Amino acid sequence: MKYAIVVNEGPYNHQAADSAYQFVKHALDKGHQVLRVFFYYDGVFNGSRFVAPQSDDRHIVKRWAGLAEQHPVDLAICVAAGLRRGITEEVIAPGFRITGLGQLIESCIDADRTVVFGD
Amino acid sequence: MTDLTETDPAAGEQVVKRFMYVNRKAPHGTVYALEVLEMVLISAMFEQDVHVAFLDDGVFQLKKNQDPGRLEMKDFSKTYRALEGYGIEKIYVEQESLDDRGLAAADLVIPVEVIGRAAMTELMAEMDVVLSA
Repeated sequence: MKYAIVVNEGPYNHQAADSAYQFVKHALDKGHQVLRVFFYYDGVFNGSRFVAPQSDDRHIVKRWAGLAEQHPVDLAICVAAGLRRGITEEVIAPGFRITGLGQLIESCIDADRTVVFGD
Repeated sequence: MTDLTETDPAAGEQVVKRFMYVNRKAPHGTVYALEVLEMVLISAMFEQDVHVAFLDDGVFQLKKNQDPGRLEMKDFSKTYRALEGYGIEKIYVEQESLDDRGLAAADLVIPVEVIGRAAMTELMAEMDVVLSA
C-alpha cells in the first residue's frame, strides 16, 4: 500500500505528531510505502531544528529525521504555513525540506490512501 | 510532434480523484479555516474532482457580513466567492449544522448545496481523499 500522510499539529502540543510518527514507522516496518509526510498548519514545527526537549523525553524532530535516514520517506514542510510561523530553510532540521502545497495534492493523487493526523 | 501521437499509456493517463476538503472550525479563533482555503485554491490547479464541505462550526466560515477587521484579521469569506472561477463548484453544507446555529442557506456568501448529515456521510464515503481540519 502507498500512503500519503498529513500532519496538522505541532510536536509536544498535540498527540497527532506522535500518532503520525507511530503510524508511519509501523507502516514502513510492515513493508508499505510512505510517499510523503506533509507538515501543514502548526505541523510545520515538527521540522524545527531548535526543538530541545528534556533529556528523558522523546525527541520528535530527531525521530522523524531518523525515519528518513532509514527509509526513502519525504519529510515535506509547507512553505506558506512555514513562512508565517518562521519555519524556513534556515531553521529546518536535517532530513526535512520545504515545499509547496501542490506537493501535498500530488502525493494524495499518487497514494492509495491519504491519512490525516489532527483534530 | 511525433511524441503527441505515440503517447506512453502510463504517462498519458490523467488520474482524477474525488477530493473532499472538510471545514469543521469557525473562520477565526484558529488558523485552520484560512489554511484549508489556501489548500483548496492550490488544488484547483490539479484538475481533480474537488468537493468542499462545511459542517459543525465550519458553517460560520460562509456567513455573510463578517467584520473580522476589528480583530486585525482578514475577511477571507469573500474569497469563497472566487471558488467558482477556479472551477470549484461542488460546495456542500450540512443542514443539521446550520439548524443548530440558527443559520439558513440565505445567510451564506455563496450558493451551496445543503444536505443532511446522512447524505454527507454517504458523500464522504464516495471520496478517494478527504482532507479535514
